[in-house]
Amino acid sequence: MDQLDNIRAEALAQVAQAQSLEALEAARVATLGKKGSVSALMASLGKMSPDERKTAGAQLNAVKDQVAEAIATAKAALEAKALEEKLARERVDVTLPVRPESQGRIHPIAQVMDEMVAIFAQMGFEVAEGPDIEDDFHNFTALNIPAEHPARQMHDTFYFGEKDDGSRHLLRTHTSPVQIRTMLANKPPIRIIAPGRTYRCDSDMTHTPMFHQIEGLVIDKTTHMGHLKGTLMEFVTTFFEVDEVPVRFRPSFFPFTEPSAEVDIGCSREGGELRIGKGASWLEIGGSGMVHPNVLRACGLDPDEYQGFAFGMGVERMAMLKYGIPDLRTFFDSDLRWLKHYGFVPLDVPTLSGGLTR
Amino acid sequence: MKFTLSWLKDHLETDASLAEIEARLTMLGLEVEGVEDPAKDLGGFVVAEILEAEKHPDADRLRVCKVNTGTATIQVVCGAPNARAGIKVILAQPGTYIPVTGEALKKGKVRGVESQGMMCSWRELKLGEDHDGIAELDQGLAVGARLVDVMSFDPMIEISITPNRADCLGVRGVARDLAASGLGTLKPLNSDPVPGSFKSPIGVKLEFTPENASACPYFAGRLIKGVRNGESPQWLKDRLTAIGLRPISALVDITNYVTYDHARPLHVFDAGKVKGDIRARLARDGETLLALNGKEYTLSPEMTVIADEAGAEAIAGIMGGEHSGCTETTTDVFLEVAYFDPIRTATTGRKLDVLSDARFRFERGVDPAFVVPAAEIATRMILELCGGEASELIVAGEEPDWRSSVVLRPERVAELGGVKVSKAKQEDILRGLGCVVSEHADGLLVVPPSWRGDIGAEHDLVEEVIRINGYDQLPSVPLPRPSMPKPLLTPGQRRASWVRRQLAARGLVETVTWSFLPSAQAKLFGGGAPEMHLANPISSDLDCMRPSVLPNLVAAAGRNADRGFKDVCLFEIGPQFDGPEPGQQRAVAAGIRSGRAVPRHWSEKTRPVDLFDAKADLLAAIAAAGGNPDSFQVTAGGPGWYHPGRSGTLKLGNKPVAAFGELHPATLAALDVKGPVVAFELFLEALPPQKAKATKAKPALKLSPFQPLERDFAFVLDATVSADAVARAAKNADKALVADVAVFDLYEGPNVGEGKKSLAVTVTLQPTEKTLTDEEIETVGKKIVDAVVKATGGVLRS
Repeated sequence: MDQLDNIRAEALAQVAQAQSLEALEAARVATLGKKGSVSALMASLGKMSPDERKTAGAQLNAVKDQVAEAIATAKAALEAKALEEKLARERVDVTLPVRPESQGRIHPIAQVMDEMVAIFAQMGFEVAEGPDIEDDFHNFTALNIPAEHPARQMHDTFYFGEKDDGSRHLLRTHTSPVQIRTMLANKPPIRIIAPGRTYRCDSDMTHTPMFHQIEGLVIDKTTHMGHLKGTLMEFVTTFFEVDEVPVRFRPSFFPFTEPSAEVDIGCSREGGELRIGKGASWLEIGGSGMVHPNVLRACGLDPDEYQGFAFGMGVERMAMLKYGIPDLRTFFDSDLRWLKHYGFVPLDVPTLSGGLTR
Repeated sequence: MKFTLSWLKDHLETDASLAEIEARLTMLGLEVEGVEDPAKDLGGFVVAEILEAEKHPDADRLRVCKVNTGTATIQVVCGAPNARAGIKVILAQPGTYIPVTGEALKKGKVRGVESQGMMCSWRELKLGEDHDGIAELDQGLAVGARLVDVMSFDPMIEISITPNRADCLGVRGVARDLAASGLGTLKPLNSDPVPGSFKSPIGVKLEFTPENASACPYFAGRLIKGVRNGESPQWLKDRLTAIGLRPISALVDITNYVTYDHARPLHVFDAGKVKGDIRARLARDGETLLALNGKEYTLSPEMTVIADEAGAEAIAGIMGGEHSGCTETTTDVFLEVAYFDPIRTATTGRKLDVLSDARFRFERGVDPAFVVPAAEIATRMILELCGGEASELIVAGEEPDWRSSVVLRPERVAELGGVKVSKAKQEDILRGLGCVVSEHADGLLVVPPSWRGDIGAEHDLVEEVIRINGYDQLPSVPLPRPSMPKPLLTPGQRRASWVRRQLAARGLVETVTWSFLPSAQAKLFGGGAPEMHLANPISSDLDCMRPSVLPNLVAAAGRNADRGFKDVCLFEIGPQFDGPEPGQQRAVAAGIRSGRAVPRHWSEKTRPVDLFDAKADLLAAIAAAGGNPDSFQVTAGGPGWYHPGRSGTLKLGNKPVAAFGELHPATLAALDVKGPVVAFELFLEALPPQKAKATKAKPALKLSPFQPLERDFAFVLDATVSADAVARAAKNADKALVADVAVFDLYEGPNVGEGKKSLAVTVTLQPTEKTLTDEEIETVGKKIVDAVVKATGGVLRS
């Protein structure tokens, strides 16, 4: 079967010579195609005797398979080469910038309020709210600040115009009216915090006419000043996320609490850098005290039966201390550069389990 | 309240250091605001002696001195006229900090002659104004000694006094509190009567009706004749200067001194200028008085005055009058010590807008039992410093009844204060504060002292006990709390929080802006009514409550654009004010986008923001709040501050829930901000409440085994027909099969004719029971076309 060997050798040579997919296809047609060299031999099988056909057929099929395999191998190699060349042409500059997406931020006031809510919620405090425009009763009178009390001079109150009955509404000077509204609407036990906007007619380096406070109120039959201290100590240590924040109570005066205390936290100012925690200095963070019996009475609660504490803190001040924000006034400037620098990414939802701050 | 350490020690016997006193004051609630210790910067100065003083070879007015420093003899060039051999001086050597210059002294040459130090004047040490020459020290002082070791300096302490502690507006009150806390003992006070040698020719009267008698119930006076009203002695001038008062004349200085020493303001009249008796009465309507501050005040009948026959001579408890004030020529002086009603004094002071040390004390309440003692103390000082002869003391009215008794149940200290203090210690503390304490069936019966008008109930006593016991002794007790806290936010609070984080996640930056704005801007946004104005705004720019959050956001965008940041995305969640009553406010989530929605980029086409950016923010916010955006009707047009053709309102029934759109160019022009600016406002409380669900389980997921298929339809419509109408009609054509309708093409132009548009939608069909046959698809398609044609009057585009 020299002829068969020749045809095989020729066919394999044809396949091996093909340098492109087109040439390979031509080789396939020339060998395995209908009129191809191998196919032509297949046609000759019909003229053979059954015995001859059996032997020659097997040999011929082996040649056919061999050529087909050679074609498949060559095709795969040529295809891989073609793909490689195509990909090489598709190169792009990977250092080009991605498509623009704007980055949103949460304002530090909202973030810090969320942090405070997370902490106080753990202690069983609900969040109460009240109106920004208040009347004299809720902002002053019910808080044991009668009309001529010198303490009213401590508040630089924004007033609205006088009404026909001589009264005038005002912008709440503190979040304490929310205490009053809560006590008037609910029976003790009460545990609330009330974050919100507050207003004073004051504007300088360290005062803005609007700012935020967070108020706390606990009313039941047994809560005493030690609980107040314990609550605030737990709060500041958790809030500032440092190992230990010393808390100092100083006697003070607020018309709506007695005994009253100003609350200082420990800090160090070494090297001109403020650090919250153990140190030689103290920083005032808010006022607090046991709710004054007159306030309880104004809310229809019997001070012989009920008692409790209240505290208030400036939200901006706490944000400034924790996050090192130097200037109060910048909180309300809406300066995008500031908001992006001091603001928080929306995914940073403060939780106690995950940590308040990243 | 300011005082000096030596002044405090006039009243308090103590060995405590300045630092201990400072710490204790703060822990007593008398917060130390500052301490000025003159010795602080004087550590480097030494006592030296001038051995020789020769004229400078090249300057007539300079002297070259040989100075003994105690360890060496150095050469110092000095220009002081009194620099002469033999005197003891204050010497600073190179490197010593000089208070008046704030710098360290350098070695130098003066007109060619080396000077190895400086001899100082009092002013250079900031110890006085004297700069006529160098300070000359007592000859007995040892040369070489440190100045701070041989001279006494008097540190000034400033404390802040809370409104309840009127008693600590005098040095003695401060000393009393310190003594009560165990930091020394209170020295006795000499207020023995000064015998009068004659009867005062000027009488005192209280001229009030019974209902006004409380204005001034008690009045003491005395004439002192033959005084010399010269300069006060140095110690008195020093003390007044140290606390920031200007010494004037001995008589005036004495009244100021007693005011600060005993929290007891009093007044001296030049008796030569007083006509007839002195009386306290209410002012006559329109009565005028030229006060000692040089201002003329018009008085009204609720104000108390001290008057003579001729008219008002002083505004009671606030300020004396110019006419009868004491001068250097005063020889006969009438001393007035009275008790004035705190509220009336406060009201008068506020109405006349006068601040004075007297008003500050009277309106907080002076000691009602200290009228006569103060008169005696002041008399004694006048006689001592000005000479003269005192009349008998004359008194009108009587001491107001200040005595009250309060029962303290000792256990209340622990119940309210949380700290255990023994009954015996409680008694000691209260007695130390001047209370009279006796046993009572329920505990202790306490009569607070006359100077503590702020103590009137049991809780006041509890505070005093725990205050003097020390707030540092308060325990820290965790609040008992539920073992597993429940969710505590209200639905509204949770909603606001979701919206906030969703908007930030969409690239908007949260800001917080004032609740007030300029009324002109309020008017642009439907506000600015007279009742929404503040009576006393911080500035005319912030005079009106905001009727919308948008003007502040737009103004902020303008400010950022001015800084070079023109693409601004801001939002705020806060109140807008609809009316002047408490509660007439709504919580709004409002946002704006300005400039470009897509900035210039190598692969993106830039475009300005348009209303669909704002609409997308709004719908995302609604979805975040748990609302279904599809449940709202969208109607064209928004409030007047939006572009009328490029804005919309979302309503639920008839109730507007939100608005969005491009802002009106005229509004932007009025705010001086370049457009386009698109905005949305979502009223959070107007969103329907979320239904309380019995279970948190989600409804079962139904998956169809059949493939969805899409068919496109294009309609030619009147330009006014809304896409929403087409989509709704298509959706309702076969609710079972039509799963979604999406607009994918919009064309307006010559191909469809004037006033027309072509709108193309893709309808997604989702079979649920079997694969649709071509025929069934055909039928649904026809139903959709018919429904749209019927609803909109349009035609299928062929």
